[in-house]
Amino acid sequence: MSYVKALRCKECEALYPIEPRTVCDHDFGPVEVAFDYEKARGRVTRASIEGGPRSLWRYKDLLPIEGQPRAGLRSGFTPLIRADKLAAELGVKELYIKDDSTNYPTFSYKDRVVAVALTKAIEFGFDTVGCASTGNLAHSVAAHAAAAGLRAFVMIPHDLEEGKMVGMSVFGPRVVKIRGNYDDVNRLCSQIADKYNWAIVNVNLRPFYTEGAKTHGFEIAEQMGWKLPRHTVVPVAGGTILPKVWKAYQEFITLGLVEDNKPAMYAAQAAGCNPVVQAIEQGLDLFKPQKPQTIAKSIAIGNPADGYYVIKVVRESGGHGASSSDAEIIDAIKLLARTEGIFTEPAGGTTLACAIKLIQSGRIPRDESICVCITGNGLKTVEVMAGQFTATPVINAKMTEFEQLVNEINETAKTSTQSVNS
Amino acid sequence: MPTTANTVTIRIPTALRPQAGGNDVVSFSGASIREVLGGLTTQYPELGKRLFKTQDELNRFINVYVNDEDIRFLDNLDTAVKPGDEVSIVPAIAGG
Ligand SMILES: [Zn+2]
Repeated sequence: MSYVKALRCKECEALYPIEPRTVCDHDFGPVEVAFDYEKARGRVTRASIEGGPRSLWRYKDLLPIEGQPRAGLRSGFTPLIRADKLAAELGVKELYIKDDSTNYPTFSYKDRVVAVALTKAIEFGFDTVGCASTGNLAHSVAAHAAAAGLRAFVMIPHDLEEGKMVGMSVFGPRVVKIRGNYDDVNRLCSQIADKYNWAIVNVNLRPFYTEGAKTHGFEIAEQMGWKLPRHTVVPVAGGTILPKVWKAYQEFITLGLVEDNKPAMYAAQAAGCNPVVQAIEQGLDLFKPQKPQTIAKSIAIGNPADGYYVIKVVRESGGHGASSSDAEIIDAIKLLARTEGIFTEPAGGTTLACAIKLIQSGRIPRDESICVCITGNGLKTVEVMAGQFTATPVINAKMTEFEQLVNEINETAKTSTQSVNS
Repeated sequence: MPTTANTVTIRIPTALRPQAGGNDVVSFSGASIREVLGGLTTQYPELGKRLFKTQDELNRFINVYVNDEDIRFLDNLDTAVKPGDEVSIVPAIAGG
């Protein structure tokens, strides 16, 4: 059953029918899907959700589709991990990792938004889909389009990591490299959407696309046992996911599915691209755009369209922001891998590094529940880890050489333990 | 129209074309973005209401580019323009 009412401008509240739409005609404000929560209350329940499929479509009643899901049938419902080893290392009591590095089929949070956007594209009757992407979105659009039999055009900055190129090209989309950064790509895409009758998921399907990001938040709440984390740290690129995780929390509160524990939201950005965090730290409502310079390319968006709403939600929720250097990002990637066995991309390293800073500065108290949102997979960006590890030894296939090597390793371990103890 | 001023072209996005006489490209004169957009909004007042929040402040969701550079990296509304420059008005959009 659909509880969708209309599209509504987030600025002037003008209403529009459910249609492909980029922005409000009056003020260019973003339009958002409005739901009838009165009607949904008592009908969308813990039981109705728990009875759904083990995918993001268990939240179908709170997503803007009319019929059955047509794309991403297995996307979402990624693990929420109670990260006790990492918590011990950081000196906090209750720490969770929401791990979208395992999302299906392309290992990032984007499989959520694309599942909803492509279902909507099919409902609207489009035969061609596209996106402006820093990589992850391109992977997801290309994969879901291949599976759904749609033609795909993906527009990307010219300097993406090689691993990211392979991860999209394999699905057979038309890939267009554009000289410039993501913001240049984005601008071109908004002009493309103006001219061609295509479903550009983050342009004219944006109102539907962004709703898919709520499922990241729904899952956190359900997987915590129908509770909200007191503090949630989310990476900020274009600014889609943070306000939507917040919207997810608020919808569950409104529907009486979780208690309102006043969840606080925290924005994480790379120091080389932190327009939103700067505005939060300086107490400004508007951010100044930047030219990105960071290894965290998947979140290198200097002109985040929804940045304004990130600032607003962070402030209203009582949260804050932090940014981290490339070196801190790499350290955090290694820390997460070493303590929890999760390999994330630099965006995830950024989020964890910023969470650590917020904990160390006392912004996030050590004795309250914390969730760190990991949105992408490290195997896509192995280049950034080059030179991070000691050389791998090579031996002949002889047992004596292997035993000698093990003895050396044990000796080294002993020495380093002694030096720690002394 | 001042005779010494420069003529630049302005690309109008779909959403604003009804307020710009249906045109996708228009030409106006001026030495700065402020002057050029001033000419535009004098001729098309309804368009002006959508572009500007106040006389000195563009609507938050409007991005203006001069030859592919966001004017917020230049001198904002005081950014100088010269003959043949292309100004684009583009709504902000999200992604990643
Ligand atoms: Zn509006």
